[in-house]
Amino acid sequence: MTELKLEKPRSQWRDVWAQFRRHKGAMAALVLLIALASFVLIGPLVWRIDPNFIEPNTAKMFKLRNLGPSWDHPLGTDQLGRDMLARMMFGGRISLAVGSVAMLVALFIGTTIGVLAGYFRRLDSWLMRLTDLFLALPLLPLLLVMMFLFRETVAGIMGPRLGTFMLIVVAIGITSWMQAARVVRGEVLALKEREFVLAARSVGTPARRIITRHILTNVLSPVLVAATLGIAAAIITESVLSFLGLGFPPDFPTWGRLLYDGIDAIRTYPERVVWPGLAISLTVLSVNYIGDGLRDALDPRIRGR
Amino acid sequence: MLTYTLRRLMTAIPTLLLISLVIFLLVDLAPGSPLSEVPLTVPPEVRRKMLEAMGADQPVMVRYVLWLKQFFWIEPLYGIDGLLGTDFAGGAQRIISWQSKVPVFQIIGERLPQTLTVVGTAYFIGVLIALPIGIYSAYRQYSWFDQAGTFFAMAGFSVPTFFTGNVLILVFAVKLGWFPTIYDTNLKVTDWDSFYRLVMQMALPVTVLALFNAAEISRYTRSSVLENLGQDYVRTARAKGMGERVVLLKHVLRNSLIPVVTVIALGLPTVFGGAIVTEQIFKINGIGAALIGAINVSDLPTVQTITFIFAVLIVLFNLIADILYGILDPRIRYD
Repeated sequence: MTELKLEKPRSQWRDVWAQFRRHKGAMAALVLLIALASFVLIGPLVWRIDPNFIEPNTAKMFKLRNLGPSWDHPLGTDQLGRDMLARMMFGGRISLAVGSVAMLVALFIGTTIGVLAGYFRRLDSWLMRLTDLFLALPLLPLLLVMMFLFRETVAGIMGPRLGTFMLIVVAIGITSWMQAARVVRGEVLALKEREFVLAARSVGTPARRIITRHILTNVLSPVLVAATLGIAAAIITESVLSFLGLGFPPDFPTWGRLLYDGIDAIRTYPERVVWPGLAISLTVLSVNYIGDGLRDALDPRIRGR
Repeated sequence: MLTYTLRRLMTAIPTLLLISLVIFLLVDLAPGSPLSEVPLTVPPEVRRKMLEAMGADQPVMVRYVLWLKQFFWIEPLYGIDGLLGTDFAGGAQRIISWQSKVPVFQIIGERLPQTLTVVGTAYFIGVLIALPIGIYSAYRQYSWFDQAGTFFAMAGFSVPTFFTGNVLILVFAVKLGWFPTIYDTNLKVTDWDSFYRLVMQMALPVTVLALFNAAEISRYTRSSVLENLGQDYVRTARAKGMGERVVLLKHVLRNSLIPVVTVIALGLPTVFGGAIVTEQIFKINGIGAALIGAINVSDLPTVQTITFIFAVLIVLFNLIADILYGILDPRIRYD
């Protein structure tokens, strides 16, 4: 009796991963991003200096200011004697958190609007007009205005740290959902006509369940790509706001804020601008590369070639 | 073509009105009053009279309509008067900045040339860099040149301009001392010497913005040329015995530039937004700097007007892009 040799069933995600691994740039970017993420997430567990610690003794504090790199402070200290390495880790945490949460907000709005517009024909023209309207808004000036207007109010309600965080995340979210909405709508319009949706509808599945079970699971790939690119855009936007002085307070710094603080002393201590700038650039670059690789890997026309 | 243009114009007007309403109402929430610079010793009745004279005691909707009228009717009249020396406006009230008590459009008129010189040059150079890179990358897909071009483009839109700008200042202005760090807006070009100084001070900001723009446009060019290279007419042209040069630069380029032209038109207003950051880095006293300054002292009329001008630019260039597309590609005209 001959043994029947069956190839092991392969899941879709394994195929995607196999294709993703062939994208050299994206793999390098993934390694770099993991390194950066572990620097900011695990780093503070090893490097246990408080990023906001200012020596209370004034005489000692003066000696600790503006130090160059040493074993005690590998990246030196800033103008108040705070350890730059600890501040870089702390700032990175907030930068990454802002990027991810703002992306989630944008994605949530974008997917909701995209699915509603694609699935319900009555809503389509209105929602798409809304999307076009948002696309025609001058976003950076409006973001600046929003930050300026609501910073005090929101900080009064939730405290300066959480308040600024929430405000920035929501502001970035509601100004960057439009691309995701357009992509999802296009995808849903095509999916809606497919046989499995027709089958689901013909056995009496309500629209709510068709959307959650059949449509949403199938728009996952474009949403995933939009999500990666969204993180990159959100990190950049946050650092622009911080750079223009309308972002986070100095005791709750992001990489953008650290860079902004470093500008004043750029001639004497250029490294205070270079480190945060490098961190932002490398993070965004690697996230963009991963997005590029994901797009290739999730596209079935390219995959398997 | 005319009906198409007209129809696009018709949809642009309600969009603009809605945007103006959104901007006006949002900015109007801000704490700030036209009298914040007036000393507290001024008696209340005088203050009330001042508010009345400025029309600031009216309900929001009245002020909105008044602002719209000033923006679309009175200010253009003043513009015509200024050009031709006529008196159409007849001393009607203009949009006045709360901070400096000067008409907002006068401030914009003073600031705009700086922004336009820098942004315009940068965009032009950016396009000039991007097109050859994009075309050659597509022609030699997956070559080392293409890989390098991809990396260049990725880095171009990943590295924030405020970082590249500051690094360039650090290297070329502080360390090497080749260029000035700060943009001198009072510089008047009268002779070769002052022209040279203008070029030197524009070099760094233009480089930063041009690289950023080139990154995006080169990507679009590449994918558009790639798409066209696979078409049948390219094979036909080659089969006829056309040289590669003619095929690429005449047949393919013309067709693939159609979407690129619209992308270039669509990108221009975004560049104005991006110039806000560049102006801040190089201390250029342009329109973006005026906006930031106005936001920081809650000078609402200036903020509303400049923000709305950005919106007008976006809608205008969307319109231009659509019409250009209609002219260049007859297939998408709807008439």
